[in-house]
Amino acid sequence: MSITRASRKLHVVTQLNGQETEFLCAPHESLLEVLRDELHLTGTKEGCNNGNCGACSVILNGRLVNACLVMAAEVEGAEITTIEGLAPTDPGTLSIDRLHPLQQKFLEHAALQCGVCTPGFLVASKALLDRNPNPTEQEVRLWLAGNLCRCTGYDKIVRAILDTVKTGHQH
Amino acid sequence: MKSIDYAAPQTLQDAIALLAEGSGKSQVLAGGTDVIVQFREGRKALDILIDIKRIPDLNVMDFDSDKGLTLGAGVPCCVVCETPEIKARYPGLVDAASLVGGTAIQSRATIGGNVCNASPAADTIPALIVHRAICNIQGPNGDREVPIESFCTAPGKNVLGEGELLVSFSLPVPVARTSAHYLRFIPRNEMDIAVVGAAASVTVDGSKKRFLSGSVSLGAVAPTPLLVDEAASILTDSEISDETVEKVCVAAQAAAAPISDMRGTARQRKHLSGVLTRRAIQKAIARIE
Amino acid sequence: MSSDRDYQVIGSRPIRHDGVDKVTGRAQYGADIQFADLLYGKILRSPLAHARVRSIDCSRALKIPGVMAVVTSEDFPDPIDKVSDLEGTTGTLSNVLARGKVLYTGHALAAVAATSVQVAEEALNAIDVDYEPLTPVLDVQEAMQDEAVLLHEELYTDVVGGEKSDRPSNIAKHLQFEMGDVEKGFAEADVIVEQEFTTATVHQGYIEPHNATAFWNADGQLTVWTSTQGAFEVRQQLSDMLHLPVSSIKVVPMEIGGGFGGKISVYLQPVAAVLSRKTGKPVKLVMTRQEVFEATGPTPASYIRVKMGARQDGTIAAATAWMAYEAGAFPGSPIAPGCMCVFAPYVIENGLIDGFDVVVNKPKTNAYRAPGATNAAFASETVVDEICQQLEMDPLEFREKNAAHEGERRIDGPVWPRIGCMETVQSARKHSHYQAPLEGPNRGRGVATGFWFNAGLQSSVHASVNTDGTVNLVEGSTDIGGTRASIAMQMAEVLGISAEEVHPSVVDTDSVGYTAVTGGSRTTFATGHAAFEAATDIKQQMMARAALIWEVESDQILFDKGVFSVTDESDRSFTFQELAGQLDETGGSVIGRASVNPPGVGGAFCTNIVDVEVDIETGKVEILRFTALQDAGKAIHPAYVEGQMQGGSVQGIGWALNEEYYYDEKGRMLNSSLLDYRLPTSLDLPMIDTEIIEVPNPGHPFGVRGVGEVPIVPPPAAIANAIFQATGIRMKTLPMNPARMLESILDASQ
Repeated sequence: MSITRASRKLHVVTQLNGQETEFLCAPHESLLEVLRDELHLTGTKEGCNNGNCGACSVILNGRLVNACLVMAAEVEGAEITTIEGLAPTDPGTLSIDRLHPLQQKFLEHAALQCGVCTPGFLVASKALLDRNPNPTEQEVRLWLAGNLCRCTGYDKIVRAILDTVKTGHQH
Repeated sequence: MKSIDYAAPQTLQDAIALLAEGSGKSQVLAGGTDVIVQFREGRKALDILIDIKRIPDLNVMDFDSDKGLTLGAGVPCCVVCETPEIKARYPGLVDAASLVGGTAIQSRATIGGNVCNASPAADTIPALIVHRAICNIQGPNGDREVPIESFCTAPGKNVLGEGELLVSFSLPVPVARTSAHYLRFIPRNEMDIAVVGAAASVTVDGSKKRFLSGSVSLGAVAPTPLLVDEAASILTDSEISDETVEKVCVAAQAAAAPISDMRGTARQRKHLSGVLTRRAIQKAIARIE
Repeated sequence: MSSDRDYQVIGSRPIRHDGVDKVTGRAQYGADIQFADLLYGKILRSPLAHARVRSIDCSRALKIPGVMAVVTSEDFPDPIDKVSDLEGTTGTLSNVLARGKVLYTGHALAAVAATSVQVAEEALNAIDVDYEPLTPVLDVQEAMQDEAVLLHEELYTDVVGGEKSDRPSNIAKHLQFEMGDVEKGFAEADVIVEQEFTTATVHQGYIEPHNATAFWNADGQLTVWTSTQGAFEVRQQLSDMLHLPVSSIKVVPMEIGGGFGGKISVYLQPVAAVLSRKTGKPVKLVMTRQEVFEATGPTPASYIRVKMGARQDGTIAAATAWMAYEAGAFPGSPIAPGCMCVFAPYVIENGLIDGFDVVVNKPKTNAYRAPGATNAAFASETVVDEICQQLEMDPLEFREKNAAHEGERRIDGPVWPRIGCMETVQSARKHSHYQAPLEGPNRGRGVATGFWFNAGLQSSVHASVNTDGTVNLVEGSTDIGGTRASIAMQMAEVLGISAEEVHPSVVDTDSVGYTAVTGGSRTTFATGHAAFEAATDIKQQMMARAALIWEVESDQILFDKGVFSVTDESDRSFTFQELAGQLDETGGSVIGRASVNPPGVGGAFCTNIVDVEVDIETGKVEILRFTALQDAGKAIHPAYVEGQMQGGSVQGIGWALNEEYYYDEKGRMLNSSLLDYRLPTSLDLPMIDTEIIEVPNPGHPFGVRGVGEVPIVPPPAAIANAIFQATGIRMKTLPMNPARMLESILDASQ
């Protein structure tokens, strides 16, 4: 059994947004820190660093998690989806048509103001629809209770998600 | 924040060996939703994180018609909530697991972690108490069992000795016409630590007019989660009526010894102990078919 | 100009220009910035709420490998004068890094730059500070007592009349506004209600913590990248604190994750700058959530007494307010706006308002969305509700009877221009929410009306026409809530092109003319006005080009809905795009510009209707239904106006029901995390219904009134009034959290 000593870094290999990705990390580093500082994927945000705001939402092995509460060392062999992996990765122009339906609906419904919580909400919403393709308003609100937004009051976010459900979100 | 080591043992023996040599500074990492926060805030002095998630013994979910459920301490709340057999037999535990934090927390937080963290306000412990859970512990000196109501010894402290690991819970097969419910009071609708938590289990007779037995447990009103002994005696062979339930609530309130802190006042908690006990019993009764 | 006009772009809902970046995670917020060679900064903060600092010894910290610099207030030039530093006219340097005294738990004392965050944190633990603890002052009424411990020996009260008090005090200012004769007024009243209220400190709660990255180049040029509501404001504060000319400072505004008033004053930027000067490298600082709570600028806790008298016919005879706001460690609470807003929705002939700005050992307060007005409205709108209760009059009918309107004078002096107070109240009366029956036990409906005056201030833009008919619009207003879109739309409307054909950029302080903060609900109004003027400039230049091409006089050129034509009724015409394609041959680029400081600011009113259900066994209040009706003048982009109304309403709901700073007796905040500082979650709320009312502001080409702030003013009062209808209990303390609600219910039943 291997123990990674504090003075050495761990080599981790994951499937990140559909691509095999490897990185080095110190044992004390969180997945959030590695995503942002090591892999330069700054779409995932830090709002509180203790699991209370959801700005760092990512999908880990099919489950919605807070990246600030996952140690980078723990994701060896795991599948991770971040906000950067939501839109299709077809080569070519990223026009409005090429966004994930949730992203498109968020724009149409003006479901963002400052936008800093938006990556977290989009990832969380995708995790919801992957698991429950036809949620009620209450089920949406319950699922998203761990994602804080201070700008919108949640109204347009919930509407955007329900509209995505209604108009089809298969991608 | 200081540097730490990390290990991910794949067997129980390796995990116990690591814990034993850690001289108190080795920390089990399951879901991490408490441990990582405490480590980051400097509230826990630790040298090594021992990630137990790859150990099969901690991930079991084994139903036996005689022995009941063996639930690995490393099973996350979300899996507990999604397992129909647990929901059917131990609904109080599912209530509790669905209330810990929110969606993202439940993806990671484990029943064992919630128990070992030993917060007086832990949600899973009152539910495990009324489901009569036993804690299966293994360590360098062998195995032992501890009833869940004795597992916590003080706020944040539990009975585990150096090198010991909580491996699993054993929950007995429920008697016929039994159900349970856990609920808690929080200021918002999600994400908060319980101001008061209450779990009740009741067994009724065929006519559904009498309690045969029952159990009530309260959280966040004492240094550790409480088993309200007097409630069990009131619920033994008594009429199902508002009067009986009221007597149980009075007993629960009397047993509660809450403090005032930033999450609630003592007066509020005393009062809620009665209110939530009543609601827990009523919902448990309603669940019995 | 009227709101019935047939606009091409205004009033539509285009996708915002920065939207795709924001939904894909590409948008760069302040903490996202990365450089090679970057150092990381961390700040040492006081564990004591009040203490003299005898010495700071950094020698051990400097020996740690990876530590590149340590700074204290010694590394800053002394403030130009102590009084202006105290009163914040130079941005309160002593708040950025303490000088001589620490005045609240979390007050910054020293800062470290190191090769990693971990090393920087280790270095903080190696800085030795010798404190002489002093007694903390933690309550506004206690702080006002003659024998109270003083925070600042050199602070004297600005008393009414313009003098200073003869002894130092924690009361920095006493304001007074008076009109008519309140004694005579109360004598005429048939019903008099007097009540006192307390509100707790609350925080803006933006999801993005403060951040700053600075690079002080060897040539003396300082560049700062930061999330801010005002890049020029940051530049000025840095200039004042560092004694640098503004020409040596460039502030690059990154995308900002919420501000609400709390990201206007500098906290990290000056520290990052001096650390960079000392190390010769770029230095980045990002606050933790705990630092955000403990060491930025929440809004004041307050104690307010309101007395109002009304006649039997429902007209207000007199009203007084006595309001004391906690400024935190340095003077400058928003007591003045609080005084100006407290009775603003009403015509009152006899009024007296006393306001006090009081220092206490808590973080220096700062603007939070309509600063000072929410506290005041909680008090005054509750008293109005009680008056209505005693008169047995419908509360909206009462408001209609007394509604502030054009030509009347506010107690603090100004005469109202055209305003929409009456219209919001009338619309509320007719609204389906108000008409709907509310049935069931422990349920109640409440209303309240709030006001905010909004700001004007300076904005500059310039815009250049591309040969394909699109326009690059350059502006300096950081975009917190969709203003890139609302500003571009105003330019597009004038030029007769689509919103998508205007490409807005928010640029740094070197690249655009002076532009005041994104705050004060001024951005769509003032920067939009600048865009309007710049578009008009472009239009006129384009008309001159058309005249050149068609060999006619400029005054023969017509322009309507994006088409240039000639008055001679020939069928010659160009679309904007066609003419743009000919600019190169007719003299070169067309660039429009404008710099405005528009005087015609329009204030805004908002009325709330809220239904609640109270669980009387637990004290928990559930919001069943919420409607906000607000006068926007003209909604340029209605979806973002609705968004402001919804967001402000929900902040008001949080303020009403759960948010507060919880202090221990030593002045330490115990709930400085998002676990125990309880922002509303999606599960705590229903949909927030909105109705935009348009009473155009004569002072803006399209009638715009600021919309961002007023929504936060009425909710706590509306909810308190609903709770009264549900339970018969008047709550006079914010927040009305379950513990307090239950205590009141249990007390009432005894």
